[in-house]
Amino acid sequence: MTPIELAARCGFSVINEGEGTKRTVNGVYCCDLLSVVMGRAKADDLWITVMGNLNAVAVAVLSDVSCILLAEGVSMDETGIKKAEQQNVCVLATDQPVFEAAMRAAKELSL
Amino acid sequence: MNAIHLHYEVDGTDFTRAGEASAAVKKALRQLGVKPDVIRKVAIALYEGEINMVIHAEGGYIDVSIDEKAISMALCDHGKGIENIDLAMKEGYSTAPDEVRSLGFGAGMGLPNMKKNTDEMRIESTVGVGTNVYMTVYL
Repeated sequence: MTPIELAARCGFSVINEGEGTKRTVNGVYCCDLLSVVMGRAKADDLWITVMGNLNAVAVAVLSDVSCILLAEGVSMDETGIKKAEQQNVCVLATDQPVFEAAMRAAKELSL
Repeated sequence: MNAIHLHYEVDGTDFTRAGEASAAVKKALRQLGVKPDVIRKVAIALYEGEINMVIHAEGGYIDVSIDEKAISMALCDHGKGIENIDLAMKEGYSTAPDEVRSLGFGAGMGLPNMKKNTDEMRIESTVGVGTNVYMTVYL
């Protein structure tokens, strides 16, 4: 399933589409400490975080996750959105808490 | 293939630009047809190194050499140096300031992540002079 398809099924909003129709989501990873994310997130994961800055975009690019989902109603700052546009990173958002968003996504992904 | 050499200056004053060298190397490796899992390891190790240079050393430079056998990286700075390398290598140990932690870094995972994602890693550091980190990923 692509990040955009997953967003539609789960009711997540799309902040930046990026490669959201080209990538596949194979897993879910939740964490806010960027170095931990880089060490532990897998390629093609949906990464759920409250870290809405451009460093998060850089981490998404380098760790090859398929998209960022900002949970808990957090928004991405302007420089982050610009970076996501430049780097074609798919960024989604939801008001749901991290755990609930992860549960919802995992259910849709049959994990 | 002939060895390819890449050189990047890391701006130590601008946190927002950290990651540019790693992203450029990632792109170059992709164009060379390097396997995605190898590219990911190199990109993560370099980004952690870049972040360290910005947090602790006011910048530096990165040299990357690619030949048919390996990707070799040298990250050099003239920062304050590492007092105790064994301690710095421990997961969770960090001397990063609070403002850096609020950005999501400073978890004490940088150097361990660099080691984990490379086949060889060597650190040379002198307090008050600077730090050189050498990393190799075999192809």
